[in-house]
Amino acid sequence: MNEILTAVIPVVIIGIICGAMLVVASKLMAVKEDERLPKIRECLPGANCGACGFAGCDGYAKALCETEGTATNLCVPGGDGVSRQLSELLGVEFADVVEKVAVVHCAGDCEHTKDKVDYIGMNSCAAAKLVFGSKGSCAYGCLGLGDCAKACPSEAICLKNGIAHIDTRRCTGCGICTRTCPNQIISLVDDVERVVVTCSNKDKGAVTRKVCSNGCIGCKKCERICPNDAIKVTDNLAVIDHSKCQNCESFGICAENCTTGCLLIQEGGQH
Amino acid sequence: MTKLIIILLSAVFINNYVLSRFLGICPFLGVSKKLNSATGMSLAVIFVMMIATAVTWPIQMYLLNPNNLGYLQTIVFILVIAALVQLVEIVLKRYIPSLHKSLGVYLPLITTNCAVLGVTILNIDEGYTFVEAMVNSLGSGLGFFLAMVMFSGVRSKLEGADIPKAFQGLPITLVAASITSLSFMGFGGVIENLFA
Repeated sequence: MNEILTAVIPVVIIGIICGAMLVVASKLMAVKEDERLPKIRECLPGANCGACGFAGCDGYAKALCETEGTATNLCVPGGDGVSRQLSELLGVEFADVVEKVAVVHCAGDCEHTKDKVDYIGMNSCAAAKLVFGSKGSCAYGCLGLGDCAKACPSEAICLKNGIAHIDTRRCTGCGICTRTCPNQIISLVDDVERVVVTCSNKDKGAVTRKVCSNGCIGCKKCERICPNDAIKVTDNLAVIDHSKCQNCESFGICAENCTTGCLLIQEGGQH
Repeated sequence: MTKLIIILLSAVFINNYVLSRFLGICPFLGVSKKLNSATGMSLAVIFVMMIATAVTWPIQMYLLNPNNLGYLQTIVFILVIAALVQLVEIVLKRYIPSLHKSLGVYLPLITTNCAVLGVTILNIDEGYTFVEAMVNSLGSGLGFFLAMVMFSGVRSKLEGADIPKAFQGLPITLVAASITSLSFMGFGGVIENLFA
């Protein structure tokens, strides 16, 4: 018994001394934290997804506290609700959360393009691309075997007429499909009324025209017509800079004048 | 003086804690991906090894040994080192926030690192005096630093290499670590003979 005590007592005493030291130190040298921080942290969903651009919810909360002017609408999973709470807490004006939505840059359905081969292999776009480069005659377009539809967690993608279609009401803007598509023809855009290019073909106009009647031939008509310089034709393909395509008085004029109909106006805010 | 230099150099090269004694492998594999975090971690290790030795050596010599409590060494050291690191963290946060920020998460991480505990216990086992013990822990920390920085270089090379799928990730890292460790075996006996 004595032996146990001689071992236990010193350790306990050292432990108590250490503990007391830590308590005193933490009281004496406490660093004052912003009292809004825990409140802000509570508002955030805590998913630590990083969609706001900061390292997790703690990072975002800290930035909101310390850096004046950090936008309160950066939390995509939290949506408008969290944004409203944050603006109330910080006393700044409420701003809508701009949700993201996926867009398929291909309109080469069964009527507008033909299959190059009679593919009977594995039912996967990635596999079909490995074998023939592409199933259809256009090497850039939608393969139509639905890798994106299988990957989509919210079942927002379905195959219609040989190409992928995105149900914007169901799409949460997670971006999994953009990484799944072997041809990388899906991208995320802000969920506002927008003009999108429904083609990804980078071949010269004549070649494109031969394989798909809906393809962008790179005629640059849209580039000339756009009042905001938002459309640029690079590699025989129109590319829209969505940051410039805003507050356009003649919104949609590019789509109306497109020679092949590969510019499409989509409605936004369907969430 | 010669003895101190021998202790320092052999702690860095011959008895390198990571590559020869295989202590502290967890941070060696975990934090060596980027040079920045590798340096941060190593600096924290040097720092903690030094203060841990400065505290545990007197405890062993003036508290445990006279009372025949030498067998309590391990548990007492763990307890003291853990409390000490916490204390240092609180002090740093209050007075040197910039250093606290750069050491960041690594400081609490190495609280119970076996390399730190290993240094303090080996200092006692080797029968070092206080100064020798301090020099030894400085050398051990520097050795850890050297291993971390070297290995982060190796890993950054690995990132661009075309590695067979079965070896990707941890397996190739372990292979690389063992080869790095082999190279350090070459230092065996060199330092003692330098001063012989």
